[in-house]
Amino acid sequence: MHDKTLTELAAGLRAGEFSSRELTQDLLGRIDRLDGRLNSFITVTADQALATADQADATRAAGEAGPLTGLPLALKDIFCTRDVKTSCGSRMLDNFAAPYDAGIVERLANAGTVSLGKTNMDEFAMGSSNENSFYGPVKNPWDFDAVPGGSSGGSAAAVAAGLVPAAMGTDTGGSIRQPAAFCGITGLKPTYGRVSRYGMIAYASSLDQAGPMARSAEDCAHLLGAVAGHDVRDSTCVARGVPDYAADLDAPLSGLKIGLPTEYFGDGLDPAVASAVREAIKVYESLGATVMDVSLPHTHYAIPAYYVIAPAEASSNLSRYDGVRFGHRCEDPTDLVDLYKRSRAEGFGEEVKRRILIGTHTLSEGFFDAYYKKAQQVRRLIRQDFLDAFDEVDVLMGPASPTPAFDLGANKDPVSMYLQDIYTIAVNLAGIPGISVPAGFSGNRPIGLQILGTHFAEARLLNVAHQFQQATDWHLRRPAFAEESA
Amino acid sequence: MQWETVIGLEVHVQLATRSKIFSGASTAFGAEPNSQACAVDLGLPGVLPVLNEQAVAMAVQFGLGIHAEIPEVSVFDRKNYFYPDLPKGYQTSQMYQPIVGPGEVEITLDEGATKRIRVHHAHLEEDAGKSLHEDFHGMTGIDLNRAGTPLLEIVSEPDMRSAKEAAAYLKAIHSIVTYLGISDGNMAEGSMRCDVNVSVRPAGQEAFGTRAEIKNVNSFRFVERAIEFEVERQIELIEDGGEVVQETRLFDPEADETRSMRTKEEANDYRYFPCPDLLPVVLDQAYVDHLRDTLPELPADKRARFENEFGLSAYDAGVLSASRAMAEYFERVKEVCGDAKQAANWVQGELSGALNREGLTIADSPVSADRLGELIVRVLDDTINGKAAKQVFQALWHGEGDSADAIIEAKGLKQVTDTGAIESMIDQVIEDSPVQVAQYRDAEPEKRGKMIGYFVGQVMKASRGTANPQQVNAMLKDKLDALC
Repeated sequence: MHDKTLTELAAGLRAGEFSSRELTQDLLGRIDRLDGRLNSFITVTADQALATADQADATRAAGEAGPLTGLPLALKDIFCTRDVKTSCGSRMLDNFAAPYDAGIVERLANAGTVSLGKTNMDEFAMGSSNENSFYGPVKNPWDFDAVPGGSSGGSAAAVAAGLVPAAMGTDTGGSIRQPAAFCGITGLKPTYGRVSRYGMIAYASSLDQAGPMARSAEDCAHLLGAVAGHDVRDSTCVARGVPDYAADLDAPLSGLKIGLPTEYFGDGLDPAVASAVREAIKVYESLGATVMDVSLPHTHYAIPAYYVIAPAEASSNLSRYDGVRFGHRCEDPTDLVDLYKRSRAEGFGEEVKRRILIGTHTLSEGFFDAYYKKAQQVRRLIRQDFLDAFDEVDVLMGPASPTPAFDLGANKDPVSMYLQDIYTIAVNLAGIPGISVPAGFSGNRPIGLQILGTHFAEARLLNVAHQFQQATDWHLRRPAFAEESA
Repeated sequence: MQWETVIGLEVHVQLATRSKIFSGASTAFGAEPNSQACAVDLGLPGVLPVLNEQAVAMAVQFGLGIHAEIPEVSVFDRKNYFYPDLPKGYQTSQMYQPIVGPGEVEITLDEGATKRIRVHHAHLEEDAGKSLHEDFHGMTGIDLNRAGTPLLEIVSEPDMRSAKEAAAYLKAIHSIVTYLGISDGNMAEGSMRCDVNVSVRPAGQEAFGTRAEIKNVNSFRFVERAIEFEVERQIELIEDGGEVVQETRLFDPEADETRSMRTKEEANDYRYFPCPDLLPVVLDQAYVDHLRDTLPELPADKRARFENEFGLSAYDAGVLSASRAMAEYFERVKEVCGDAKQAANWVQGELSGALNREGLTIADSPVSADRLGELIVRVLDDTINGKAAKQVFQALWHGEGDSADAIIEAKGLKQVTDTGAIESMIDQVIEDSPVQVAQYRDAEPEKRGKMIGYFVGQVMKASRGTANPQQVNAMLKDKLDALC
């Protein structure tokens, strides 16, 4: 059961081949046996999962099951879950259990899904390798020497290793798409405002967006349909109808206009990745698509702009972790300033502190105009680049990451780590949706093809991704780890 | 040297919304600590602010009330600083694009003269919680009930030149916000607080002196006293060869002085930036027009109408329009009795006196405007005389009857205008006062006018105050003169 897609599992449940309890038990057993080596979960909610699975089976028996009823999944530990620890990968929140469920957690529960637990992540979603977790790094199931990507590394690894068929992640600068690429799964970052941010712990509020990570575009379509839509508790969540994302998956691609941003195929792109992406483009051509080069001239400003805006927002968003009301508090504070300083010094990891410092600096008097304001101007130009490109083409394609998964510990220098996000970060600045789909390997390490669309074009992206998956089998490959330990 | 004082005020008005500016928690005053703080107010991870539309409407109403520009777009910014009663580590405020642009407020000075004070802008923001330093054994308690309460901060230009002008400005703001019903204006509960910027400069000098900011002054009286103290302090400092430093000071009403809190060098860098969790507020013209059309009459307009339409003096018009409750009471009395001047006299005289004695506001008056109006009607139609009217008022005040008429009836205060009855009382008084009558007769005719008072008093006494005094006077004069 562990290697099936969500869609296949749904069919199995419908046909009565197995119950949700059996499925849940099977996967909990795998987590129990395998995750010690993978470290993809921070919290496993076995009892709660079984109880939910029983309810799902009862719902099905009563003839009231929906399409997702009884399907197991996992939640990145950034989504607040009532009375269950939500750590955000940080010591700061190691003792925190929210008194509420995040908007998407509610929706997934209402859809009848069964959460098996909370997945590992870079602390406060800051990182591209999952090495910045208080709970230790996650291994890439394809190669234990490699990182799974980040920040949704736990979610990606758990799906790839067959511990769950799907997981929810968040993407602020590539945190769904890059780990999806590194772990050989499909990950969708929706349009900013498509999915509620309520109850999702903020890193950079104007960039954060939750999305599904699964074994196929079709699975992502079903999950997106369940979580998307207006939430009055999030002012930035758009009141706009949610289409049936699965409805047009089979639409033919003849006439599809694909743009290849020349900036995404330049220096620094690993040859194996470049070649896998070019092969994928050929597949699309064979499906009737036409391909043209386009330019996103402000691409090289994306990383600097992001590393001004995201840390600025983070420095403010993370001010609430002060040891006063919840979260880590230092022992025996001597006074208020001591309480603040030590609680935060002890509670936050190095990368989080680095970004708080960067953000505090760029917002400071005398620097604000030069950094934050300028970065916002650049952000508008980057957005305009995409809008101009989408006047010419339907979708943009390129690599999700310049390299396949790199080795654990390989990127010690923060800036070289930041450069990993060169192809994903501009997408968040522009607010458009993007999906990463498996498109080959470099040795035993997967390669991801990134497909981008204009705002709210998720249905089109999913259709384009699904058609690729109908023509290829990269998404069906499973790591040896998942199989040998079955 | 002659010194000129320059004052600017930042007035924080708590808006009378039912729920907080960014959450659904109640804003009611005086609840158990932290019983009115939800996850949003506590700044828990993952929660997000949602703007209260009522707060926006109230801010716009204020802007319209001071004839301000209402920008189409306003934006919330974060003001970042650490403090235990600031749960998120930032206050959501409006730094760069406030909801209310430049406007002006007219103030009335003692002599009845008016002056226009320019308002630089007004912006919406959330209040912080409260730190409680007592009863926690050396620790500090935090009450977040107030956190997230909507505030409108009204920032004036430095247009005031005396403590009295500053107090008058604060009163004018108080009057506008209570007229609009956007705040209860309760200064004791902190619904209105202000920060006062004070500087002095040699008379005739154009450039401003260095200012001190006095934080959190919470009564009209304290504003005057704080400014008076601060002006004196600054002048003395300069005249002694010192220099005023830019700093934040606290007013201590017990000691009646201001004290340094922090200097400019110690000031926080608030790192303002637009709040990414809130969308810009876009007001369409129809919305603003609707609010403008439904705006109540404001104090300045009311005052002008009281003068022009009712013929009241500038002073009376000012007093009676000072608060919405007062103006509404007065207008109702006037409507019932039909005589603006009588209504004005009664409201400012007998009624205000009684309210002041008992420390009540007009809203708590035991005598309703209708009852008072009916009482005045009975004076106007000569049913009772002025003295009896005061008795009736006291009876109404103490709840001795449901209406003026019932009390007049019960107490037998109806004015006696029956000539025969008065005549027989006069005859009796004359018969009982042979000595006084003889004195009257012997007096020079020009002195008799004063002596008649005694007889009037006796007749009024005999009538238990119900005789018509003018009538008594005239008839007595005829009778006594006939005896001479």
